[in-house]
Amino acid sequence: MRQQSLLRHAGQRLLGVLPTLLLLITVVFFLMRIAPGGPFDSEKALPPDIQANLEAKYHLDEPLLQQYFRYLGQILVLDFGPSFQYKDWTVNELIAQGFPVSLTIGGFAMLLGFLVGVTVGVLSALRQNTAADYATMGFAMLGVSIPNFVVAPVLILLFAVYAGWLPAGGWDGGWRSAVLPVITLALPVIAYIARLMRGSMIEMLHSNFIRTARAKGLPEWHVILRHALKPALLPVISYMGPATAALITGSVVIERIFAIPGLGSYFVQGALNRDYTLVMGVVIFYGFLIIMLNFIVDMLYSILNPKIRYEER
Amino acid sequence: MAGQLLWLLPLLLLACGGGEDGAPRDRSLSRQPVALVLDADGRPDPSVLAAEQVLHRGNGSEPQTLDPHLAEDVPSANILRDLFEGLTSEAPDGRIVPGVAERWNISRDGLTYTFYLRRDARWSNGDPLLAEDFVWSLRRSADPATASTLSNILLPIAQADAVLAGTEPPEALGVSALDERILQIRLAAPTPYLLSLLAHSSTYPVHRASVERFGDKYPRPGNLVSNGAFVLADWVVRSKVTLQRNREYWNDQATLLEQVIYYPFEDQSTALKQFRAGRLQWTHEVPNNQFQWLREHYAKELVISPWMGSYFLGFNLLREPFIASPQLREALVLAVDRTLLTEKVTQFGEQPSFTLVPPGIGEYVSPLPEYASWTQEERNVAAQALYAAAGYSEADPLRIEIRYNTSENHKKIALAVASMWKQVLGVETTLINEEWKVFLQNRQQKVLTQVFRANWIGDYNDPFSFLEMFRTGHGQNDYGYSNSLYDSLLGQIAAERIPARRRRLMQEAERVLLEEVPIIPIYTYVTKRLVDPHLRGWESNVMDHHYSKNMYLLRSQSVTDAQL
Repeated sequence: MRQQSLLRHAGQRLLGVLPTLLLLITVVFFLMRIAPGGPFDSEKALPPDIQANLEAKYHLDEPLLQQYFRYLGQILVLDFGPSFQYKDWTVNELIAQGFPVSLTIGGFAMLLGFLVGVTVGVLSALRQNTAADYATMGFAMLGVSIPNFVVAPVLILLFAVYAGWLPAGGWDGGWRSAVLPVITLALPVIAYIARLMRGSMIEMLHSNFIRTARAKGLPEWHVILRHALKPALLPVISYMGPATAALITGSVVIERIFAIPGLGSYFVQGALNRDYTLVMGVVIFYGFLIIMLNFIVDMLYSILNPKIRYEER
Repeated sequence: MAGQLLWLLPLLLLACGGGEDGAPRDRSLSRQPVALVLDADGRPDPSVLAAEQVLHRGNGSEPQTLDPHLAEDVPSANILRDLFEGLTSEAPDGRIVPGVAERWNISRDGLTYTFYLRRDARWSNGDPLLAEDFVWSLRRSADPATASTLSNILLPIAQADAVLAGTEPPEALGVSALDERILQIRLAAPTPYLLSLLAHSSTYPVHRASVERFGDKYPRPGNLVSNGAFVLADWVVRSKVTLQRNREYWNDQATLLEQVIYYPFEDQSTALKQFRAGRLQWTHEVPNNQFQWLREHYAKELVISPWMGSYFLGFNLLREPFIASPQLREALVLAVDRTLLTEKVTQFGEQPSFTLVPPGIGEYVSPLPEYASWTQEERNVAAQALYAAAGYSEADPLRIEIRYNTSENHKKIALAVASMWKQVLGVETTLINEEWKVFLQNRQQKVLTQVFRANWIGDYNDPFSFLEMFRTGHGQNDYGYSNSLYDSLLGQIAAERIPARRRRLMQEAERVLLEEVPIIPIYTYVTKRLVDPHLRGWESNVMDHHYSKNMYLLRSQSVTDAQL
């Protein structure tokens, strides 16, 4: 019975993806066109003939609605079109080259953040209100509040410029060029998850079913790992859905400071250059990831927490 | 756990302070090059060269394209100069030297150029490079279907305007092959700077068979057949572009570098850190805010040299209060203390400027306005008099807007100018900061703007590149400037082929222009970058064009060298 309703819920959620994406595409498409200026405006104004040639080449001379439906047609066959800014590449190629980099760095940062954050959070909860707890949470507070554009240069200076152990930036696909960006990205995640985990763990440890478990004489590690950990993870899981989507689509700051060819910069560069196709491409891609990850979180939720059921009303 | 806090502290101090005396303990400073020894031909002796001839160059940002006819950005142009070669090329000091053409004749009327191509000029795949290749390439560059944004570089060529406008087919362009290796270019008007245009990427030859075969995917590793000293070996988007020495290049025996790697570091602090870590030998720029520090610790590596660009503020002459008010404009120009601006605000060794055309372009010398020789106090007094004569006073001050695009530097300059106006004249200035594309649109529409930030970097090594944008109705004329005398002077300049007379006409034009005060000159640009002392074979030049084919790396001093 529960399996069935879970599946039905999953089906309903997936059906909702399409209208959401369509809405996203429409809003972004028209927002980009409303912005003043166009992709080919530059300091050196173009002769009108050349401007016309360019617009014809990219179909920008057509009525807006026609462009919109042309674009929708392209999306159906997953063709995001050519980039205006990076003229030798299509948006599909740019995403295909940038995403693996962002996925690697963001994925490892999330993994590191999750493992360390949960461990620290649980330990902190178990030693609640001790010096160790305060120190850890103080650190977590620092981690949340020190921005990554401060952490990153300090790490580069220490480990690349003075020590020379790691590259000062750039990306060669090897682990050495990933270490500093992963750590920089993971620090606030660790901090955030540790705080979330500590809070929900403390709450769990004070709840009735844990008291019952202890009263039954179960060993303490058993109580924590088997009974308290699973429900305490719920807030962390719901944080991780959108956070993962954000991390694996790249961070502008990290990419700039470490000179990493990920996806993040395309959001900003694309918007500033009025690179319509590139912005549309990355936004749709990001939107799709967020929707899918939220969906996965939802599913995980109902598996982790038997109290959440999807029943027909 | 509290102990964790303690290990961070010394690290942070180390990071902030550098060494004990504040000097950086960078890896890039630990090595010094050996002294340069030249052989009989004036080339570096093999004994002083580094074993690994690989140059790592910072390039500012990702190249927009490696198709020479579509490129318009500086990063692309830097790479293309290594990959391709035009009929002419540039020496390290910026002089025009023969490229693919080993010599040329210019007809008496200055309208026909005949180029004799090198017999050993080849494409990187071994195909011979012929006059027909140039004919096809120049037609492609001008063809509206190519949609090149810099094709107006070709305008001096006969019929180019009609081809660009689409009224004539590309075949009508005044370019023809007289023989396998003789190329003739006919001009619409004598253009003394034509030879420097022929070193520009819009006029580079492209390999017809490859372009026809690969289309849009021509400029990619494996597809790109080029004719310069290097070939494209690899291109990882926003990571690096790797060039390999081109063994087929006609002058390959003179090339010393085996590989050149361009990095698109956008963040100049990142590039600086890469340089300090010894992983970059040439940066595109340096971070503005670390100039003093660099001057102290990297005096030898920091290279500052004049660049062919002017920074100024423009007046919108189509909008009040600047319609028919030269006195008021003059007052605003006089009240700006340029020396203070460059020494205290921009601080990068920029040269205070009183003219439009920057110094260092050939033998051209800009006509200085009279006030250039005054002290700032004298200028201020004159400014106050003109301001009062224009009908403004303390009780009824001028209220205007300075518009600029979002940037720390522009903001600082606009603020400083506003406060100088306030102090000297009592002008009430509002600063308006706009995103780049919005700013451009407003500037071009000439409806909202009053005073706005402007600048110009020369397209080619000639003052005309600066002067022509003030022609009535010119695409860059965001000032609404229109003067029939000026326009006719520009026409005479275009038709004049005797250099000295042409220079005099250009001086006259610039004098006419400055007298009517459409702009407030502020400073002329400098390039500023870090260069590893191991890297030689380059010179500063106003164009800031640096061909890797001339460069080489010296080896580091060993212990025995140091004792010698």
